[in-house]
Amino acid sequence: MALSIVHRLTGVALYFGTLLLAWWLIAAASGPTAYAHVQAFTSSFLGRLIVFGYTWALLHHLLSGIRHLVWDLGYGFKASEREALTWGALIGGICLTVLLWIAAYAIGGGR
Amino acid sequence: MTAPNTEATRSMRTPLARVRNLGASHSGTSDFWRQRLTAVAMVLLMVPVIVVVMMLLGRNQAGAAQILGSPLVAIILLLFIIASAWHMKIGMQVVIEDYVQHETTKLVAVMANNFFSIAVALASIYAILKLSSGV
Repeated sequence: MALSIVHRLTGVALYFGTLLLAWWLIAAASGPTAYAHVQAFTSSFLGRLIVFGYTWALLHHLLSGIRHLVWDLGYGFKASEREALTWGALIGGICLTVLLWIAAYAIGGGR
Repeated sequence: MTAPNTEATRSMRTPLARVRNLGASHSGTSDFWRQRLTAVAMVLLMVPVIVVVMMLLGRNQAGAAQILGSPLVAIILLLFIIASAWHMKIGMQVVIEDYVQHETTKLVAVMANNFFSIAVALASIYAILKLSSGV
């Protein structure tokens, strides 16, 4: 499995995704009009797709990063352990993203 | 004449040995440590941050501003912004150092990376402080 490049790519995606986060916070501080612009964007199809992608990139990078921290401590180097950690990060990232979005829609984020 | 009695002059290590392993960033392993430090910080902050974002979903500006400006939420987000900006600055620098081979281009890219990370962090921090002060 060559997932370390995915860790790097999600990292780069999150890097530029912080612009969205900063825009959102600045809009909240600016006032109702600016905030409405952000909400219009995040409710659009493209905006929702980007935020969904951002959620996955964040959660995958988080789990994949924990995998790297485990390796940094000197554990998990056996072939089976490496595979388990890598698949765990991949599947865990996707599952957590879907669960989080179900929760988001359930509590009214879909409005 | 008194000989300087510093650790460097008394050391038997050659100048080459002292700079060896400082690497492409010319800053040794400090970035490696800070990358891990900020990573662990964000692992700890991830659940609180997700809770905060969930609380904000579907609210209008007035509601969002009220939540974002409350002390606990503001502190959680400030910690997260500082950790993530630092983390992403180091991460992007590693990427730049890996793929950009021309020295001047690399220098410009590393500098732009610093500017971007600091600007995003400062803009976000400013927004949260403004919301916290309620003006």
